[in-house]
Amino acid sequence: MVNVLKLATRNLLRYHRRTTLTASLITLGIVAVLMFVALSGSFKALMIGQITDSMLGHLQIHRKGYVASIDNLPLNLLMKPAAVKKIEEQLQQMPQLTAWSPRIKFSAMFSNFTETTGIRLNGIDPIREAATCPLLPGRFIDGSAGNGLVEQGKLLIPDIIAKGMKVKVGDTVVLVATNQDGSVNGQTFVVQGVLESATGPGGRDAYLHIDDARSLLRLEDASLSEYAVRLKDPAQLPQVMAELDATLGQIVNPQGQPALEVHDWKKLTPFTAIANMIDLLTLFIKVMLVAIVLISILNVMIMAVYERMREIGTLAAIGTPPRRILGLFVAEGLLLGLTGTVIGTLISLGAVGLLRAYPVSFAFGRQDSLQLVPSLAAGDVLFIGVLVTAIAVLASLQPAWKAARMDPITALRSV
Amino acid sequence: MSLVQAVGLEKNYRVGEVTVPAIRGADFTIEPASFVSFVGPSGSGKSTLLNMIGCLDRPTGGSLKVLNTDVGTLDRKQAAAFRGAHIGFVFQDFNLVPVLSVYENVEYPLVMVQNWPAAQRRARVLELLEAVGMSDQADKRPDQLSGGQKQRVAVARALVTRAKLVLADEPTANLDHATAYRVIELMKKMRDEFGTTFLFSTHDPKIMESAELIYALEDGRIVPGGVHHG
Repeated sequence: MVNVLKLATRNLLRYHRRTTLTASLITLGIVAVLMFVALSGSFKALMIGQITDSMLGHLQIHRKGYVASIDNLPLNLLMKPAAVKKIEEQLQQMPQLTAWSPRIKFSAMFSNFTETTGIRLNGIDPIREAATCPLLPGRFIDGSAGNGLVEQGKLLIPDIIAKGMKVKVGDTVVLVATNQDGSVNGQTFVVQGVLESATGPGGRDAYLHIDDARSLLRLEDASLSEYAVRLKDPAQLPQVMAELDATLGQIVNPQGQPALEVHDWKKLTPFTAIANMIDLLTLFIKVMLVAIVLISILNVMIMAVYERMREIGTLAAIGTPPRRILGLFVAEGLLLGLTGTVIGTLISLGAVGLLRAYPVSFAFGRQDSLQLVPSLAAGDVLFIGVLVTAIAVLASLQPAWKAARMDPITALRSV
Repeated sequence: MSLVQAVGLEKNYRVGEVTVPAIRGADFTIEPASFVSFVGPSGSGKSTLLNMIGCLDRPTGGSLKVLNTDVGTLDRKQAAAFRGAHIGFVFQDFNLVPVLSVYENVEYPLVMVQNWPAAQRRARVLELLEAVGMSDQADKRPDQLSGGQKQRVAVARALVTRAKLVLADEPTANLDHATAYRVIELMKKMRDEFGTTFLFSTHDPKIMESAELIYALEDGRIVPGGVHHG
């Protein structure tokens, strides 16, 4: 094996320009793929973090059927107090969780006394909400969290409504909401803060204290619209989801059907489509890399076989077994692939290190100081490396097979 | 027992719809440790004959036994193994591997064909390089050698596996006369030293005189009365 590799190395060095060119092409492909994986992964993680940490949490628990009609924020699909109690008990038993936030969500009319507009309201427990969505306190454009994220009698409104309705911090506004029984109730609130619009589906979401929400809705029990849940490690999401599905699935409605449903963030935001598109693009780039490696190695190995026909004939004539001739050419392909992979990986790791030391800032929506901090998972690097090397071997198989099957007399006669 | 025994040996080639006979019923025997030349004009069948003896080609008729093996029955892999074990080759164009040094070229069959242990390999290669007078050039690459030196290396490579039979197709065709004569003398010396049978083809009258047994070929036939003992 060592001798085969030694001979293969010398043959590659013999045509050093061609070898350099081919290895460079593979290197370039590796760098392109790994950098795309690192940057797109960083962008995706950043966006997911923005969405989960600002608004959604990592998963949410609702009454069955609520998510299907979530656009209407239906009050007739609140989780009943008995279910809420059981959910609280279950969540408290799970060490994988950092925090969870009870919410009452509903639509209302927002009035500044001269104009009225629709608004989506989130009744929250300020401390628990801040623990579940740690980026929320950072979204203040005007005003501040003060003694809590939102104090009783006060309101946090999105800047889109603040601008549209010409409302500023300290102004008094009126919220009018329709209750569960269909009656209408109105209350005045003071604007405590203006929030930057969240990335994703929270553009028109305002926040008030959960007690104020109950008061406005004349809700006298502990019913809730949802629980937003934050995990210590988002990678544990599938396991946590499975555990919650199993335990909460035992809470049934009078018809004996599960009364609750658990959704991860992917099911709750349209950004999932963008994340899937990024994954698809990554796959496409990987396919391009495979094509580059396949074509370049195949091309160079076919040339090598045709150029060295007499040499192959000599090796065959003096008794070299066909499998060893095959091995010689496969080894050349393998070494080419490995060289390109190692150099490409080193360059990529260096570039990623550089980008981590000097992060790139960019704007997304109204957020203009987001920083891309690319990273490469060992699994990604290993996968790409193994893929390229395997394709290099695969591409050299056909020319190597041709060399191994060559008739020695024909090969010896070639010029 | 004869080293090579051909009875009614035939070889035909198909060119389109036409069958072209290359060897027509050749009968001959070659004894161990002999120094034999096949002579004749171009197209007389010398190379075809050597190719069949060397298991590079298969007869289409008659019988050909080399080392008591009917080489016509060997498949591709068996033929390669037989060549690797028993036959050495010296080519007209030397055919050394350009990326290997003189030492490595001679060592090649022991590494890639016969898998000799390193210590024995080294001793054998040095013995052969010494025998062909190339031990002081062991580290050179083929492109740093003269034609005569290359052919000496090729002879060493052919003998390194202790081959019983060395086939040399026009081994002196690309050498000047003096060098060609020295190569033939070297081959004869190697025959004397190692007891190896050398079969070579040539159409150079002076070179053919060096052979101890000459088979003259014409149109694929061994010419009646064309067998000479040198």
